[in-house]
Amino acid sequence: MLTGLAFYLFAAVVLVSAIAVITARNPVHSVLFLILTFFNAAGLFILLGAEFIAMILVIVYVGAVAVLFLFVVMMLDISFSDLRKGAMQYVPMGLIIGGILLAELIAVFSAWKFAPNAADNIAVPFVQSAEGITNTEAIGRVLYTDYVFAFQVSGLILLVAMIGAIVLTHRTRPGVRKQKVADQQARKKSDVLEIKKVTSGTGV
Amino acid sequence: MTEFFSSDLWTIYGLPFAFMMAHIGAIIGVVLLFVAYYTYFERKVMGAMQRRQGPNTVGPFGLLQPIADGIKLLSKETIVPTQSNGPVFVIAPMLLFTLALIAWAVIPVNAKWVLADINVGILYLFAVSSMGVYGVIMAGWASNSKYAFLGGLRSASQMVSYEVSMGLVIVCVLLCVGTLNLSEIITADRPTWVQILLFPMLIVFLISILAETNRAPFDLPEGESEITGGFMVEYSAMTFALFFLGEYANMILMSAMTVVLFLGGWLPPFGIEALAIVPGVIWFVLKTLLVMFFFIWTRATFPRYRYDQLMRLGWKIFLPFTLFYVVLVSGLLVYFDALP
Repeated sequence: MLTGLAFYLFAAVVLVSAIAVITARNPVHSVLFLILTFFNAAGLFILLGAEFIAMILVIVYVGAVAVLFLFVVMMLDISFSDLRKGAMQYVPMGLIIGGILLAELIAVFSAWKFAPNAADNIAVPFVQSAEGITNTEAIGRVLYTDYVFAFQVSGLILLVAMIGAIVLTHRTRPGVRKQKVADQQARKKSDVLEIKKVTSGTGV
Repeated sequence: MTEFFSSDLWTIYGLPFAFMMAHIGAIIGVVLLFVAYYTYFERKVMGAMQRRQGPNTVGPFGLLQPIADGIKLLSKETIVPTQSNGPVFVIAPMLLFTLALIAWAVIPVNAKWVLADINVGILYLFAVSSMGVYGVIMAGWASNSKYAFLGGLRSASQMVSYEVSMGLVIVCVLLCVGTLNLSEIITADRPTWVQILLFPMLIVFLISILAETNRAPFDLPEGESEITGGFMVEYSAMTFALFFLGEYANMILMSAMTVVLFLGGWLPPFGIEALAIVPGVIWFVLKTLLVMFFFIWTRATFPRYRYDQLMRLGWKIFLPFTLFYVVLVSGLLVYFDALP
């Protein structure tokens, strides 16, 4: 009963805040509602017994990605009325994409079948499964043995994307004085300091 | 009424619920007591370090000072600036305070003394501490003021940067213990060479938690000499008090996290069996107090970092070093066949 109540609570908040993401007038409020959606989706994952995925969702999406979203949106200098003016022209395209997604979801769910022993593998978040294997361990075993190649490839793709982003956005601006710690460390007394004997009355 | 207490509803749901509520209340009460006296402890220790008295007027040895401060903050007027974004402005301090408290659910203060002994305890702690940035960034934005906004931005980038190295430090520890459960992390068998191997990570972790909790020498988000009070500039009375309490609760939480990861939790120090007659919870509190003292010590000792130096330390020194260390630790563990 409690799980059911928790499910309806999380699901209702996910739906309401997801709608609020696209209806909120202020973009910052949109991002905050998006964060609320992520957070409650993590709650749904916990109810499914996928506590590892739930925590990773919070750490990665809420703790890192959404912070950067919020950061960028807060810094934007946009007038909200201009933003809303042309919004209606995208409605047909949005409806088409939404329709396709809905059709695909229906197709997937109508053909979906659970493996007969799937229920045994669901770990309850607070107890280990019958064989003493936690969720994290199970994911690790599958990911690093069966799919290690795909895992490495996705890591490489991310690396390429990261380097690409740095190459595209990094520019050396002229006239910026930066602290070069290596240069400071490499400075020697003999390079910069000259000691002269000054006899009194004659000057340098 | 008696019928209700013997019904299934009470025995299956009511009784565990009441028990859990009492447990939560006890944890919050103890944490808030520690928070209140942490401020007193800080003022006394800083006073001693600067050769002054510290609070000494209210009550014996000034012991009632935190209570007087609390009453003062409660009785003042909460000002919400007209240009601020009302709901977000009010939610931000509550969020920060709540996040600082809910993390305590998974901290084991003694064997079996924990509210929720979950499989992914350390990930939960990491998730909650990484969400703390929202309180600050929301406060900075909703205040609709330059200083507050600058403070919020500084805090956001600082916390995101140091989270990376903190995550890698935690990975190093997890490699050595082989579990995400906090109680098991404490009781896991660690040979002496592993302890020594992890020592540099303890140093990195201690510095990272200073940045994560916006404390001196990394207190740029508040930076009273440059941006007056940072994200807290527009807050007053109880909203300010919530920020203050949340910040100190976070510091105690981070100290407890250090104790769990590196200092052996409730176990007696250096594995001396004879000291096991002292209850574990006392050892836990003493070790946590040691790290809490470290927070105050650094505050009284170091001048504030410059912002680019802070970013340099996080990204160019800690990140490569901890990344290298993850590889080193896993390599050594595989070589010596010491993987858990």
